[in-house]
Amino acid sequence: MSRHVVAAASEIAPGERKLVSVRGRPIAIFNLDGEFYGMLNRCPHQGGPMCEGKITGLVTAPEPGKYDYSHAGAIVRCPWHGWEFNIRTGQSYCEPERFKTRTYPVEVADGAAVVEGPYVAERIAVSVEERYLVVDL
Amino acid sequence: MNVQLRDTPLVQATSKIAIADGDIHPARFKASEFDPWLDQKWRDRIAQFGTRQRQPWQSGPAYPKSQPNASRRDAVPPEGGKQGSSLAFMQQQHLDPNNVVLGILNPLGSGQGIQDVDLSIALCHATNEWQIAKWTSQDKRLKASVVVAYEDPIASAAEIRRYADNPDFVQVLLLSRTSEPLGSRKYWPIYEAAAEVGMPVGIHAFGYGGNPMTPSGYPSYYIEEMVGHSQAQQSLLNSLVVEGVFARFPTLKTVMIEGGSAWAPALAWRLDAAWKRLRAETPHLARLPSEYIRDHVWWTTQPLEEPEPRSHIADAIGWTGWDKFIFATDYPHWDYDDPATSLPLKISESQRHDYFIGNAQRVYRGVA
Ligand code: FES
Repeated sequence: MSRHVVAAASEIAPGERKLVSVRGRPIAIFNLDGEFYGMLNRCPHQGGPMCEGKITGLVTAPEPGKYDYSHAGAIVRCPWHGWEFNIRTGQSYCEPERFKTRTYPVEVADGAAVVEGPYVAERIAVSVEERYLVVDL
Repeated sequence: MNVQLRDTPLVQATSKIAIADGDIHPARFKASEFDPWLDQKWRDRIAQFGTRQRQPWQSGPAYPKSQPNASRRDAVPPEGGKQGSSLAFMQQQHLDPNNVVLGILNPLGSGQGIQDVDLSIALCHATNEWQIAKWTSQDKRLKASVVVAYEDPIASAAEIRRYADNPDFVQVLLLSRTSEPLGSRKYWPIYEAAAEVGMPVGIHAFGYGGNPMTPSGYPSYYIEEMVGHSQAQQSLLNSLVVEGVFARFPTLKTVMIEGGSAWAPALAWRLDAAWKRLRAETPHLARLPSEYIRDHVWWTTQPLEEPEPRSHIADAIGWTGWDKFIFATDYPHWDYDDPATSLPLKISESQRHDYFIGNAQRVYRGVA
Protein backbone atom coordinates (compact mmCIF):
# COMPACT_ATOMS: atom_id res chain seq x y z
CA MET A 1 0.00 0.00 0.00
CA SER A 2 1.26 3.48 -0.75
CA ARG A 3 0.00 7.01 -0.31
CA HIS A 4 -1.19 8.60 -3.54
CA VAL A 5 -1.63 12.33 -3.97
CA VAL A 6 -4.57 12.57 -6.35
CA ALA A 7 -5.42 16.27 -6.52
CA ALA A 8 -5.02 19.63 -4.87
CA ALA A 9 -7.89 20.20 -2.43
CA SER A 10 -8.71 23.49 -4.15
CA GLU A 11 -9.44 21.71 -7.43
CA ILE A 12 -12.72 20.29 -6.17
CA ALA A 13 -15.17 22.85 -4.81
CA PRO A 14 -17.94 21.85 -2.37
CA GLY A 15 -20.63 19.95 -4.27
CA GLU A 16 -18.21 19.11 -7.06
CA ARG A 17 -16.36 15.93 -7.98
CA LYS A 18 -13.36 14.86 -9.97
CA LEU A 19 -12.29 11.63 -11.59
CA VAL A 20 -8.79 10.47 -10.67
CA SER A 21 -6.85 7.31 -11.29
CA VAL A 22 -4.90 5.45 -8.64
CA ARG A 23 -2.89 2.46 -9.81
CA GLY A 24 -5.09 2.29 -12.86
CA ARG A 25 -8.22 2.28 -10.73
CA PRO A 26 -10.74 5.01 -11.61
CA ILE A 27 -11.93 6.78 -8.47
CA ALA A 28 -14.47 9.59 -8.23
CA ILE A 29 -13.59 12.10 -5.51
CA PHE A 30 -16.52 14.10 -4.12
CA ASN A 31 -16.38 17.24 -1.98
CA LEU A 32 -19.25 17.28 0.51
CA ASP A 33 -19.14 20.57 2.40
CA GLY A 34 -15.37 20.51 2.62
CA GLU A 35 -15.06 16.80 3.37
CA PHE A 36 -13.71 14.54 0.68
CA TYR A 37 -14.91 11.05 -0.22
CA GLY A 38 -13.67 8.59 -2.81
CA MET A 39 -15.85 6.08 -4.67
CA LEU A 40 -14.94 3.53 -7.29
CA ASN A 41 -16.04 5.00 -10.63
CA ARG A 42 -17.79 1.82 -11.60
CA CYS A 43 -21.35 1.18 -10.50
CA PRO A 44 -21.89 -2.29 -8.99
CA HIS A 45 -24.94 -2.74 -11.24
CA GLN A 46 -23.56 -2.63 -14.79
CA GLY A 47 -20.49 -0.45 -14.42
CA GLY A 48 -21.80 3.08 -15.04
CA PRO A 49 -19.31 5.90 -14.33
CA MET A 50 -20.45 7.23 -10.94
CA CYS A 51 -18.48 10.44 -11.31
CA GLU A 52 -20.98 11.62 -13.94
CA GLY A 53 -24.04 10.93 -11.85
CA LYS A 54 -26.41 13.55 -10.49
CA ILE A 55 -25.81 14.60 -6.90
CA THR A 56 -29.05 14.71 -5.03
CA GLY A 57 -30.77 13.86 -1.74
CA LEU A 58 -32.84 10.96 -0.57
CA VAL A 59 -36.63 10.83 -0.58
CA THR A 60 -38.02 8.20 1.75
CA ALA A 61 -41.44 7.40 3.14
CA PRO A 62 -41.57 6.12 6.72
CA GLU A 63 -45.11 5.11 5.89
CA PRO A 64 -47.28 5.55 2.79
CA GLY A 65 -48.31 9.17 2.40
CA LYS A 66 -45.49 10.63 4.50
CA TYR A 67 -42.33 11.83 2.81
CA ASP A 68 -38.95 12.66 4.23
CA TYR A 69 -36.06 14.32 2.48
CA SER A 70 -32.61 13.70 3.89
CA HIS A 71 -28.94 13.43 2.89
CA ALA A 72 -29.20 16.60 0.75
CA GLY A 73 -26.20 16.72 -1.56
CA ALA A 74 -24.84 13.43 -0.21
CA ILE A 75 -26.41 10.98 -2.66
CA VAL A 76 -25.16 10.25 -6.15
CA ARG A 77 -27.44 8.67 -8.76
CA CYS A 78 -25.64 6.52 -11.33
CA PRO A 79 -25.72 8.27 -14.74
CA TRP A 80 -27.00 5.12 -16.42
CA HIS A 81 -29.92 3.52 -14.59
CA GLY A 82 -30.10 5.91 -11.70
CA TRP A 83 -29.35 3.67 -8.71
CA GLU A 84 -28.78 5.85 -5.65
CA PHE A 85 -25.65 5.59 -3.51
CA ASN A 86 -24.61 7.30 -0.31
CA ILE A 87 -21.42 9.17 -1.17
CA ARG A 88 -20.05 8.80 2.36
CA THR A 89 -20.63 5.09 2.79
CA GLY A 90 -21.19 3.65 -0.69
CA GLN A 91 -24.50 2.23 0.49
CA SER A 92 -27.11 1.64 -2.21
CA TYR A 93 -30.76 2.32 -1.46
CA CYS A 94 -32.56 -0.07 -3.76
CA GLU A 95 -31.02 -3.20 -2.26
CA PRO A 96 -28.86 -2.04 0.65
CA GLU A 97 -28.34 -5.56 1.89
CA ARG A 98 -26.78 -6.70 -1.34
CA PHE A 99 -25.18 -3.78 -3.08
CA LYS A 100 -22.57 -1.34 -1.98
CA THR A 101 -20.13 0.51 -4.12
CA ARG A 102 -16.51 0.53 -3.04
CA THR A 103 -15.44 3.67 -1.23
CA TYR A 104 -11.95 4.99 -0.50
CA PRO A 105 -11.05 7.22 2.43
CA VAL A 106 -9.60 10.52 1.28
CA GLU A 107 -7.25 12.36 3.56
CA VAL A 108 -6.35 16.04 3.31
CA ALA A 109 -2.64 16.62 3.77
CA ASP A 110 -0.63 19.84 3.99
CA GLY A 111 1.72 20.60 1.14
CA ALA A 112 4.63 20.70 3.58
CA ALA A 113 3.99 17.11 4.67
CA VAL A 114 3.51 15.98 1.08
CA VAL A 115 6.77 17.56 0.03
CA GLU A 116 8.51 15.57 2.78
CA GLY A 117 6.93 12.32 1.59
CA PRO A 118 6.82 9.46 1.08
CA TYR A 119 3.91 10.00 -1.31
CA VAL A 120 3.23 9.02 -4.89
CA ALA A 121 2.23 12.16 -6.75
CA GLU A 122 2.23 11.47 -10.42
CA ARG A 123 1.60 14.46 -12.64
CA ILE A 124 0.77 16.72 -9.72
CA ALA A 125 3.08 19.56 -8.95
CA VAL A 126 3.19 19.95 -5.17
CA SER A 127 3.64 23.26 -3.41
CA VAL A 128 3.92 23.85 0.33
CA GLU A 129 1.12 26.43 0.30
CA GLU A 130 -1.51 24.02 -1.02
CA ARG A 131 -3.39 21.20 0.65
CA TYR A 132 -3.67 17.87 -1.10
CA LEU A 133 -6.04 14.93 -1.32
CA VAL A 134 -4.44 11.60 -0.51
CA VAL A 135 -5.73 8.07 -1.10
CA ASP A 136 -4.05 4.99 0.36
CA LEU A 137 -3.95 2.10 -2.07
CA MET B 1 -25.88 -10.16 5.73
CA ASN B 2 -24.67 -10.76 2.25
CA VAL B 3 -22.83 -7.69 0.98
CA GLN B 4 -21.34 -7.90 -2.45
CA LEU B 5 -18.41 -5.58 -2.61
CA ARG B 6 -16.94 -5.60 -6.03
CA ASP B 7 -14.25 -3.92 -8.01
CA THR B 8 -15.71 -5.19 -11.19
CA PRO B 9 -19.38 -5.12 -12.01
CA LEU B 10 -21.53 -8.17 -12.52
CA VAL B 11 -19.54 -10.56 -14.53
CA GLN B 12 -18.77 -12.41 -17.46
CA ALA B 13 -20.47 -12.78 -20.80
CA THR B 14 -17.80 -10.72 -22.33
CA SER B 15 -17.81 -7.80 -24.65
CA LYS B 16 -14.71 -7.47 -26.67
CA ILE B 17 -15.82 -9.98 -29.20
CA ALA B 18 -17.37 -8.32 -32.24
CA ILE B 19 -21.00 -7.61 -31.48
CA ALA B 20 -24.18 -6.40 -33.11
CA ASP B 21 -26.35 -3.77 -31.46
CA GLY B 22 -29.96 -4.07 -32.51
CA ASP B 23 -31.13 -0.83 -30.93
CA ILE B 24 -29.18 2.40 -31.30
CA HIS B 25 -30.96 5.75 -31.14
CA PRO B 26 -29.49 8.51 -33.26
CA ALA B 27 -30.67 12.04 -32.50
CA ARG B 28 -30.63 15.37 -34.26
CA PHE B 29 -28.17 17.99 -33.08
CA LYS B 30 -30.76 20.56 -33.94
CA ALA B 31 -34.30 20.25 -35.31
CA SER B 32 -33.30 21.90 -38.58
CA GLU B 33 -31.20 18.87 -39.54
CA PHE B 34 -34.27 17.52 -41.35
CA ASP B 35 -34.72 20.73 -43.38
CA PRO B 36 -32.91 19.56 -46.53
CA TRP B 37 -35.63 16.95 -47.01
CA LEU B 38 -38.65 18.93 -45.82
CA ASP B 39 -40.50 21.25 -48.18
CA GLN B 40 -41.07 24.78 -46.96
CA LYS B 41 -44.76 23.99 -46.48
CA TRP B 42 -43.89 21.33 -43.89
CA ARG B 43 -41.40 23.53 -42.11
CA ASP B 44 -44.03 26.25 -41.92
CA ARG B 45 -46.57 23.78 -40.63
CA ILE B 46 -44.26 22.56 -37.90
CA ALA B 47 -43.46 26.14 -36.88
CA GLN B 48 -47.12 27.12 -36.83
CA PHE B 49 -48.87 24.01 -35.53
CA GLY B 50 -46.18 21.73 -34.14
CA THR B 51 -46.08 17.98 -34.30
CA ARG B 52 -48.89 16.82 -32.07
CA GLN B 53 -48.80 13.31 -30.66
CA ARG B 54 -51.94 11.23 -30.25
CA GLN B 55 -52.04 11.83 -26.52
CA PRO B 56 -53.85 14.25 -24.26
CA TRP B 57 -50.72 16.20 -23.34
CA GLN B 58 -49.84 19.29 -25.31
CA SER B 59 -46.18 18.52 -25.74
CA GLY B 60 -43.44 16.26 -24.51
CA PRO B 61 -43.77 12.72 -23.26
CA ALA B 62 -46.63 11.71 -21.03
CA TYR B 63 -44.33 10.94 -18.11
CA PRO B 64 -41.11 12.48 -16.89
CA LYS B 65 -38.06 10.42 -17.75
CA SER B 66 -35.45 9.15 -15.36
CA GLN B 67 -32.56 11.04 -16.92
CA PRO B 68 -32.38 14.06 -19.28
CA ASN B 69 -33.71 13.15 -22.75
CA ALA B 70 -34.24 9.66 -21.29
CA SER B 71 -30.52 9.19 -21.90
CA ARG B 72 -27.33 8.40 -20.07
CA ARG B 73 -25.94 11.47 -18.37
CA ASP B 74 -22.46 10.55 -19.49
CA ALA B 75 -23.51 10.41 -23.16
CA VAL B 76 -23.78 14.16 -23.77
CA PRO B 77 -21.34 14.89 -26.61
CA PRO B 78 -18.46 17.24 -25.82
CA GLU B 79 -19.73 19.62 -28.50
CA GLY B 80 -23.12 19.77 -26.74
CA GLY B 81 -26.46 18.70 -28.12
CA LYS B 82 -28.60 15.75 -27.17
CA GLN B 83 -27.20 12.37 -26.32
CA GLY B 84 -26.91 10.39 -29.55
CA SER B 85 -26.60 13.47 -31.78
CA SER B 86 -22.87 13.16 -32.52
CA LEU B 87 -21.52 10.35 -34.67
CA ALA B 88 -17.95 11.04 -33.54
CA PHE B 89 -18.89 10.72 -29.89
CA MET B 90 -21.05 7.64 -30.51
CA GLN B 91 -18.03 6.03 -32.13
CA GLN B 92 -15.74 7.04 -29.32
CA GLN B 93 -18.03 6.12 -26.44
CA HIS B 94 -19.88 3.13 -27.80
CA LEU B 95 -19.10 1.66 -31.23
CA ASP B 96 -15.32 1.48 -30.89
CA PRO B 97 -14.81 0.41 -27.25
CA ASN B 98 -17.65 -2.12 -27.37
CA ASN B 99 -16.52 -3.44 -30.75
CA VAL B 100 -19.92 -2.95 -32.37
CA VAL B 101 -19.54 -4.11 -35.96
CA LEU B 102 -23.23 -3.92 -36.83
CA GLY B 103 -25.42 -1.20 -35.33
CA ILE B 104 -29.09 -0.90 -36.18
CA LEU B 105 -30.42 2.65 -36.05
CA ASN B 106 -33.90 3.14 -34.65
CA PRO B 107 -34.65 6.87 -34.77
CA LEU B 108 -37.42 7.79 -32.33
CA GLY B 109 -39.36 11.01 -32.05
CA SER B 110 -39.15 11.61 -35.76
CA GLY B 111 -42.86 11.97 -36.46
CA GLN B 112 -44.17 8.42 -36.50
CA GLY B 113 -47.76 8.20 -35.34
CA ILE B 114 -48.40 11.94 -34.96
CA GLN B 115 -51.91 13.22 -35.52
CA ASP B 116 -51.20 15.02 -38.79
CA VAL B 117 -50.62 12.02 -41.02
CA ASP B 118 -49.44 13.97 -44.08
CA LEU B 119 -46.82 15.67 -41.93
CA SER B 120 -45.92 12.28 -40.46
CA ILE B 121 -45.26 10.92 -43.95
CA ALA B 122 -43.02 13.90 -44.78
CA LEU B 123 -41.12 13.66 -41.49
CA CYS B 124 -40.57 9.95 -41.81
CA HIS B 125 -39.13 10.37 -45.28
CA ALA B 126 -36.87 13.16 -44.05
CA THR B 127 -35.73 10.86 -41.23
CA ASN B 128 -34.80 8.17 -43.72
CA GLU B 129 -32.74 10.50 -45.90
CA TRP B 130 -31.13 11.98 -42.78
CA GLN B 131 -30.08 8.51 -41.65
CA ILE B 132 -28.16 8.08 -44.89
CA ALA B 133 -26.62 11.54 -44.90
CA LYS B 134 -25.62 11.78 -41.25
CA TRP B 135 -25.05 8.16 -40.26
CA THR B 136 -24.90 5.22 -42.66
CA SER B 137 -22.87 7.01 -45.33
CA GLN B 138 -20.40 8.11 -42.64
CA ASP B 139 -19.94 4.80 -40.81
CA LYS B 140 -20.41 1.50 -42.56
CA ARG B 141 -21.07 -0.32 -39.30
CA LEU B 142 -24.39 1.49 -39.01
CA LYS B 143 -27.53 0.33 -40.78
CA ALA B 144 -30.77 2.24 -41.04
CA SER B 145 -34.40 1.38 -40.40
CA VAL B 146 -37.06 2.55 -42.83
CA VAL B 147 -39.11 4.79 -40.57
CA VAL B 148 -42.72 4.76 -41.74
CA ALA B 149 -45.89 6.74 -41.01
CA TYR B 150 -47.66 3.58 -39.95
CA GLU B 151 -51.09 5.17 -39.54
CA ASP B 152 -51.08 5.42 -43.34
CA PRO B 153 -50.02 1.90 -44.31
CA ILE B 154 -50.29 2.55 -48.07
CA ALA B 155 -47.83 5.44 -47.81
CA SER B 156 -45.71 3.28 -45.51
CA ALA B 157 -45.55 0.48 -48.06
CA ALA B 158 -44.45 2.96 -50.72
CA GLU B 159 -41.71 4.26 -48.44
CA ILE B 160 -40.49 0.70 -47.77
CA ARG B 161 -40.34 -0.08 -51.49
CA ARG B 162 -38.48 3.15 -52.12
CA TYR B 163 -35.54 1.70 -50.18
CA ALA B 164 -35.93 -1.86 -51.46
CA ASP B 165 -32.57 -1.83 -53.20
CA ASN B 166 -30.66 0.37 -50.80
CA PRO B 167 -28.34 -1.86 -48.75
CA ASP B 168 -28.08 0.78 -46.01
CA PHE B 169 -31.63 -0.11 -44.94
CA VAL B 170 -32.11 -3.43 -43.20
CA GLN B 171 -35.33 -3.09 -41.22
CA VAL B 172 -38.75 -1.41 -41.18
CA LEU B 173 -39.45 0.45 -37.95
CA LEU B 174 -42.84 0.57 -36.24
CA LEU B 175 -43.68 1.65 -32.72
CA SER B 176 -45.70 -0.54 -30.40
CA ARG B 177 -48.53 1.78 -29.35
CA THR B 178 -50.53 2.32 -32.50
CA SER B 179 -54.13 3.42 -32.99
CA GLU B 180 -55.24 -0.18 -33.57
CA PRO B 181 -53.56 -3.45 -32.56
CA LEU B 182 -50.83 -4.10 -35.10
CA GLY B 183 -52.38 -7.28 -36.48
CA SER B 184 -55.33 -5.25 -37.74
CA ARG B 185 -55.78 -5.58 -41.50
CA LYS B 186 -55.34 -1.86 -41.85
CA TYR B 187 -51.60 -2.44 -41.38
CA TRP B 188 -51.19 -5.40 -43.71
CA PRO B 189 -49.75 -3.41 -46.62
CA ILE B 190 -46.74 -2.70 -44.38
CA TYR B 191 -46.13 -6.40 -43.78
CA GLU B 192 -46.63 -7.24 -47.42
CA ALA B 193 -44.03 -4.68 -48.51
CA ALA B 194 -41.55 -5.66 -45.81
CA ALA B 195 -41.76 -9.33 -46.71
CA GLU B 196 -41.38 -8.42 -50.37
CA VAL B 197 -38.16 -6.42 -49.86
CA GLY B 198 -36.74 -8.87 -47.33
CA MET B 199 -36.61 -6.60 -44.32
CA PRO B 200 -37.80 -7.62 -40.86
CA VAL B 201 -40.36 -5.37 -39.23
CA GLY B 202 -38.89 -4.06 -35.99
CA ILE B 203 -41.49 -3.02 -33.44
CA HIS B 204 -40.03 -0.72 -30.84
CA ALA B 205 -41.67 0.20 -27.55
CA PHE B 206 -43.32 3.65 -27.36
CA GLY B 207 -45.46 5.75 -29.64
CA TYR B 208 -48.83 7.24 -28.84
CA GLY B 209 -51.84 5.60 -30.43
CA GLY B 210 -54.48 7.67 -28.66
CA ASN B 211 -55.21 4.89 -26.18
CA PRO B 212 -54.32 4.91 -22.49
CA MET B 213 -50.90 3.50 -21.62
CA THR B 214 -52.35 0.41 -20.01
CA PRO B 215 -55.50 -1.61 -20.66
CA SER B 216 -56.88 -0.27 -17.39
CA GLY B 217 -56.16 3.40 -17.97
CA TYR B 218 -53.48 6.02 -17.47
CA PRO B 219 -51.15 5.07 -14.64
CA SER B 220 -49.76 7.47 -12.05
CA TYR B 221 -46.08 6.76 -12.43
CA TYR B 222 -43.43 6.48 -15.10
CA ILE B 223 -42.41 3.08 -13.80
CA GLU B 224 -45.86 1.80 -14.74
CA GLU B 225 -45.40 3.02 -18.28
CA MET B 226 -41.94 1.41 -18.35
CA VAL B 227 -43.11 -2.05 -17.42
CA GLY B 228 -46.32 -1.46 -19.36
CA HIS B 229 -44.30 -1.68 -22.55
CA SER B 230 -44.35 -5.42 -22.07
CA GLN B 231 -48.14 -5.35 -21.97
CA ALA B 232 -48.28 -3.29 -25.16
CA GLN B 233 -45.90 -5.70 -26.84
CA GLN B 234 -47.93 -8.69 -25.69
CA SER B 235 -51.13 -7.20 -27.10
CA LEU B 236 -49.62 -6.44 -30.48
CA LEU B 237 -47.96 -9.84 -30.75
CA ASN B 238 -51.21 -11.53 -29.80
CA SER B 239 -52.88 -9.49 -32.53
CA LEU B 240 -50.23 -10.30 -35.17
CA VAL B 241 -50.61 -14.00 -34.51
CA VAL B 242 -54.35 -14.25 -34.15
CA GLU B 243 -55.26 -11.93 -37.03
CA GLY B 244 -53.23 -14.26 -39.20
CA VAL B 245 -50.48 -11.87 -40.29
CA PHE B 246 -47.87 -14.63 -40.15
CA ALA B 247 -50.20 -17.07 -41.87
CA ARG B 248 -50.66 -14.59 -44.72
CA PHE B 249 -47.06 -13.47 -45.05
CA PRO B 250 -45.06 -16.64 -44.51
CA THR B 251 -41.68 -14.98 -45.11
CA LEU B 252 -42.33 -12.08 -42.75
CA LYS B 253 -39.87 -11.61 -39.88
CA THR B 254 -40.53 -9.36 -36.91
CA VAL B 255 -38.22 -8.09 -34.19
CA MET B 256 -39.67 -7.12 -30.82
CA ILE B 257 -37.58 -4.22 -29.53
CA GLU B 258 -37.37 -3.06 -25.93
CA GLY B 259 -40.52 -4.66 -24.64
CA GLY B 260 -38.86 -7.37 -22.57
CA SER B 261 -38.90 -11.03 -23.48
CA ALA B 262 -39.17 -13.26 -20.41
CA TRP B 263 -42.96 -13.05 -20.71
CA ALA B 264 -42.95 -14.50 -24.21
CA PRO B 265 -43.06 -18.20 -23.31
CA ALA B 266 -46.02 -17.67 -20.96
CA LEU B 267 -47.91 -15.76 -23.65
CA ALA B 268 -47.24 -18.52 -26.15
CA TRP B 269 -48.37 -21.21 -23.70
CA ARG B 270 -51.59 -19.36 -22.93
CA LEU B 271 -52.30 -18.75 -26.59
CA ASP B 272 -51.76 -22.39 -27.44
CA ALA B 273 -54.04 -23.59 -24.66
CA ALA B 274 -56.77 -21.14 -25.61
CA TRP B 275 -56.47 -21.78 -29.32
CA LYS B 276 -56.95 -25.49 -28.91
CA ARG B 277 -60.30 -24.71 -27.31
CA LEU B 278 -61.26 -21.91 -29.69
CA ARG B 279 -59.69 -22.99 -32.96
CA ALA B 280 -62.92 -22.65 -34.91
CA GLU B 281 -63.00 -18.92 -34.17
CA THR B 282 -59.74 -18.37 -36.08
CA PRO B 283 -59.60 -21.13 -38.68
CA HIS B 284 -57.17 -19.05 -40.78
CA LEU B 285 -54.47 -20.20 -38.35
CA ALA B 286 -53.05 -23.45 -39.62
CA ARG B 287 -50.65 -24.01 -36.74
CA LEU B 288 -50.34 -23.46 -33.03
CA PRO B 289 -49.80 -19.80 -32.11
CA SER B 290 -46.49 -20.70 -30.48
CA GLU B 291 -45.22 -22.05 -33.79
CA TYR B 292 -45.93 -18.76 -35.56
CA ILE B 293 -44.14 -16.93 -32.77
CA ARG B 294 -41.23 -19.32 -32.93
CA ASP B 295 -40.84 -18.94 -36.70
CA HIS B 296 -41.56 -15.23 -37.17
CA VAL B 297 -40.41 -13.38 -34.07
CA TRP B 298 -36.97 -12.31 -32.83
CA TRP B 299 -36.28 -10.39 -29.64
CA THR B 300 -33.79 -7.68 -28.87
CA THR B 301 -32.27 -8.29 -25.49
CA GLN B 302 -32.45 -4.90 -23.81
CA PRO B 303 -33.81 -4.31 -21.23
CA LEU B 304 -32.96 -7.81 -20.15
CA GLU B 305 -34.94 -8.90 -17.11
CA GLU B 306 -32.77 -9.14 -14.00
CA PRO B 307 -34.09 -12.03 -11.89
CA GLU B 308 -32.45 -13.40 -8.77
CA PRO B 309 -30.78 -15.74 -9.17
CA ARG B 310 -29.62 -14.48 -12.54
CA SER B 311 -29.56 -18.02 -13.88
CA HIS B 312 -33.35 -17.80 -14.26
CA ILE B 313 -32.80 -15.59 -17.29
CA ALA B 314 -31.03 -18.45 -19.01
CA ASP B 315 -34.15 -20.55 -18.51
CA ALA B 316 -36.34 -17.81 -19.97
CA ILE B 317 -34.04 -17.33 -22.96
CA GLY B 318 -33.89 -21.07 -23.48
CA TRP B 319 -37.68 -21.39 -23.53
CA THR B 320 -37.85 -18.86 -26.36
CA GLY B 321 -34.65 -20.05 -28.03
CA TRP B 322 -31.03 -18.84 -27.98
CA ASP B 323 -31.33 -18.46 -31.75
CA LYS B 324 -34.04 -15.80 -31.37
CA PHE B 325 -32.22 -13.05 -29.46
CA ILE B 326 -30.49 -10.03 -30.93
CA PHE B 327 -28.18 -8.25 -28.55
CA ALA B 328 -29.07 -4.57 -28.06
CA THR B 329 -27.85 -1.76 -25.82
CA ASP B 330 -30.43 0.98 -26.44
CA TYR B 331 -27.52 3.44 -26.58
CA PRO B 332 -27.63 6.28 -25.55
CA HIS B 333 -30.82 5.83 -23.59
CA TRP B 334 -30.76 5.64 -19.83
CA ASP B 335 -31.90 2.05 -19.64
CA TYR B 336 -28.85 1.05 -21.69
CA ASP B 337 -27.58 -2.52 -21.26
CA ASP B 338 -23.82 -2.84 -21.20
CA PRO B 339 -22.42 -5.64 -23.36
CA ALA B 340 -19.82 -6.61 -20.77
CA THR B 341 -22.12 -6.82 -17.77
CA SER B 342 -25.75 -7.23 -18.75
CA LEU B 343 -25.69 -11.00 -19.27
CA PRO B 344 -24.04 -12.28 -16.12
CA LEU B 345 -24.04 -15.92 -17.13
CA LYS B 346 -21.62 -18.57 -18.16
CA ILE B 347 -22.85 -19.65 -21.55
CA SER B 348 -21.45 -21.76 -24.34
CA GLU B 349 -19.36 -20.25 -27.10
CA SER B 350 -22.04 -20.87 -29.69
CA GLN B 351 -24.73 -19.34 -27.49
CA ARG B 352 -22.53 -16.30 -26.92
CA HIS B 353 -21.86 -15.95 -30.62
CA ASP B 354 -25.52 -16.23 -31.57
CA TYR B 355 -26.66 -13.89 -28.83
CA PHE B 356 -24.13 -11.16 -29.50
CA ILE B 357 -23.96 -11.26 -33.29
CA GLY B 358 -24.89 -14.46 -35.12
CA ASN B 359 -28.65 -14.12 -34.84
CA ALA B 360 -28.52 -10.51 -35.99
CA GLN B 361 -26.52 -11.49 -39.04
CA ARG B 362 -29.20 -13.99 -39.97
CA VAL B 363 -32.15 -11.66 -39.42
CA TYR B 364 -31.03 -8.48 -41.19
CA ARG B 365 -30.41 -8.60 -44.88
CA GLY B 366 -26.96 -8.26 -46.37
CA VAL B 367 -24.99 -7.88 -43.16
CA ALA B 368 -23.32 -11.26 -42.66
S1 FES C 1 -24.87 0.79 -14.05
FE1 FES C 1 -25.31 2.07 -12.38
S2 FES C 1 -27.41 1.87 -12.10
FE2 FES C 1 -26.94 0.49 -13.70
